[in-house]
Amino acid sequence: MSEWGSQVGVARARSAAALGPAPVLDVAIVRAALAEVMDPELPVLSVVDLGIVHHVSATRDGIEVSILPTFVGCPALDVIRASIAARLAIFGVPVRVEPTFEVPWTSDRITPAGRAALAAVGIAPPGREEDMRCPMCASAAVVRDGLFGPTQCRSLYYCRSCRQPFEAIKSV
Amino acid sequence: MNIASLPTVALVHLLGSMADDEFVIGFSDSEWTGIAPLLEEDVAMSSLAQDEIGHAAALYGLLGELTGADPDAIAYDREPDEYRHCRLLDHGRGDWAMTIARRYLYETSDAVRLDALSGGSWAPLAHLVGKLVREERYHLMHVNAWFTRLAGTSGEPRDRLLSALEVLAPDAGTVFAPLPGEAALIETGILAAPMPELEARWRASIAPMLESHALPMPPAVVDPARGRADHGAAFAWLWGEFNAVRRSEPGAIW
Repeated sequence: MSEWGSQVGVARARSAAALGPAPVLDVAIVRAALAEVMDPELPVLSVVDLGIVHHVSATRDGIEVSILPTFVGCPALDVIRASIAARLAIFGVPVRVEPTFEVPWTSDRITPAGRAALAAVGIAPPGREEDMRCPMCASAAVVRDGLFGPTQCRSLYYCRSCRQPFEAIKSV
Repeated sequence: MNIASLPTVALVHLLGSMADDEFVIGFSDSEWTGIAPLLEEDVAMSSLAQDEIGHAAALYGLLGELTGADPDAIAYDREPDEYRHCRLLDHGRGDWAMTIARRYLYETSDAVRLDALSGGSWAPLAHLVGKLVREERYHLMHVNAWFTRLAGTSGEPRDRLLSALEVLAPDAGTVFAPLPGEAALIETGILAAPMPELEARWRASIAPMLESHALPMPPAVVDPARGRADHGAAFAWLWGEFNAVRRSEPGAIW
């Protein structure tokens, strides 16, 4: 090894010693990245606004994210897991995304920003039946057409004021 | 509770029977996709079926963790007489009234069973049950509305509902057929009460609805020990339907 090479080696060893043990990835940065992963069935809503991100841990050895399925049989779950893993790949460490029922996802986990985003695209956010309003014209003159809708998490409504059908997120 | 102290045999029977119940009613419900009497009901039955089969998948998943078996293999690769769903679900799709009668008897029974499992000592099941009850609440609202609608009218709708209840009556209580090793589930705090007590709770829960519509209470099951056996021709047909694609190319990766 050349004189210069050995000096670089010594310098490197010093930097490593100064840095101490491998630093922990900032969980806040990982969560910020998760806020850019959209739900495949409700693409105006990030997984953070949907309230399905449960536990996040991040170290130099890897990132672990546990997510709460909105419904037990949610067919979008594998897509969501893959989207999260793809977004977090940028951190260059192994990523594990696991579903859990440790705490149940409930519709009140949707954030205020998430509720606003849903209403903006004409989907009524979850709530009590008597509080249901048309997301298009805000009228309270609405009737439920069906408890079940096009996806597991939605019901069907009709607005008597603006005469438009609309969907609402189920209150679970 | 750690794995070593689990009453594994009893738990396998419990998970297997619940999973098969949800799987079979899910497939029966899915037969209405495209042919339901109303567009909203076409959507509803398809969504209900998706919920039930999703519940079955989660329960087969827990079963797979206990036994090491592949959940898909448990769901599809058994012979008809190896399924442990209750005989209440063995009467074929029938007409709309039959579907509502079957769903009513099953959902009200399932609600009592889930209640007896909530807060149980085995966390994986207790957690899943905590989630299932939230979804089943919608199933109950749906079937109660339809049951009331059919029972409360005179003429054909009520007559058809009565005929359906008559066919289902002997098997109505089979959700509560005793499970092998049931006592161990109670001793370990996984299940809150034995099946006969749960059946009594169920009967008390449906009595007001049946009485208010002057409908008879189903009789006691003649041979409860056979309540999850002797599935018959209607199930043999359904079995041939639900595993047809799986059998068409064994071992294929989809």
